[in-house]
Amino acid sequence: MNKEIDRREFLKLTSIGGVVFISGLSGQPALSLPFGKTKDFFFVQLSDTHWGFEGAKINPDAKGTLIKAVKEVNSLEQKPDFIVFTGDLTQTTDETNLRKARMKEFKQIVGELDTKVVHFMPGEHDASLDRGETYKDFFGETHYTFDHKGVHFITIDNVSDPTGSIGEEQLEWLKTDLAQQKPDSNIVVLTHRPLFDLYPQWDWATRDGAKAIDLLMPFQNVTVFYGHIHQENHHMTGHIAHHSAKSLMLPMPLAGSTPKRQPIPWSTSEPYKGMGFRNVLSQSKLDQYQLSEYPIKEDAIV
Amino acid sequence: MKNRTGITAIMVASVFGMTCLGCLSGDGAKIIKVSAKRFEYSPQQITLKKGTPVVFQFTTEDRTHGFNVPSMNLRADIVPGKITELKLTPQQTGEFDFFCDIFCGSGHEGMNGKIIVTE
Repeated sequence: MNKEIDRREFLKLTSIGGVVFISGLSGQPALSLPFGKTKDFFFVQLSDTHWGFEGAKINPDAKGTLIKAVKEVNSLEQKPDFIVFTGDLTQTTDETNLRKARMKEFKQIVGELDTKVVHFMPGEHDASLDRGETYKDFFGETHYTFDHKGVHFITIDNVSDPTGSIGEEQLEWLKTDLAQQKPDSNIVVLTHRPLFDLYPQWDWATRDGAKAIDLLMPFQNVTVFYGHIHQENHHMTGHIAHHSAKSLMLPMPLAGSTPKRQPIPWSTSEPYKGMGFRNVLSQSKLDQYQLSEYPIKEDAIV
Repeated sequence: MKNRTGITAIMVASVFGMTCLGCLSGDGAKIIKVSAKRFEYSPQQITLKKGTPVVFQFTTEDRTHGFNVPSMNLRADIVPGKITELKLTPQQTGEFDFFCDIFCGSGHEGMNGKIIVTE
């Protein structure tokens, strides 16, 4: 099974276990931890902040959007246990010193997050021109694992190789890591590019992503969170759910809906439309995740 | 007269060799030269005839680029200092987008073009 699903179908699917959406487009959705003393927890996904991007027709608040997002995350009623950034932290540049400056500024801004545990990973804008060397100086390894309250998180780097590949060495590392997991382990994969062929015509794919999916397929509870496509997308490869996040700089159109792969222009009537972040409630007893999407609020302009 | 014709033929071949208009490969396929540089291909639009075999010859003026036509299951790495060849006999008419699939910088997302296949 390899199919695209809309929200209504997804809700139907998830009523028998899996993932549940809670849409919060008009404000903050009221999430609650329903089980009292459980291992349930929240984490926030932010993505594609492209710090350093300039283009007033796309985002006239390019220097303020990330700062607003940080403030909004800090104001969440349900505090996340940790935060993940799924790549393209900065806008690419050929100049190493400028790349460093952007990464330094980005790190200073997100240093204002109240949540002190923050996990980063690169996008191609951060890492593809120097195979992640500058990124590593600022943020550490580009692929790694961590465990949190019974969930095993695996970050996969599919961008340091400019061909958009994971590579055999990292796939072997993934295989070795998964060998330590049980078939029913709760596994979350964090990555930048879609692991499946979402729309190769726009380079929305990972060249050897199918190999990673094959390695993950024997595990019953696997969910993938990723970025790169600058919009929500929810897709199943077999029993594995893949959820992309919105950008915090420039929204992109639906795959193939426009002749060219170009950002959606800024809407003066609906500023920040298509931008936002996500709060994820991990419910370990149900083996499911509730996704809540948060917009950027106009009145929070910095 | 024979000599003059012979010289003319060599000159024509030489000129055509530079631009490769109507160049043929060893097996008779038309050669299409495509040059890549950040962030464009030259030419950006390539018109082919259905059923007529061609050989793409790719070169790059700066760094490694990709050439990917997913709808034709056609791709190549274009590496500096090397001519990369791809053979194609288009079987369907239509327009087929190609793009660079090796990240090359701030204009990478706009590095693309189109193959048009006619009857």
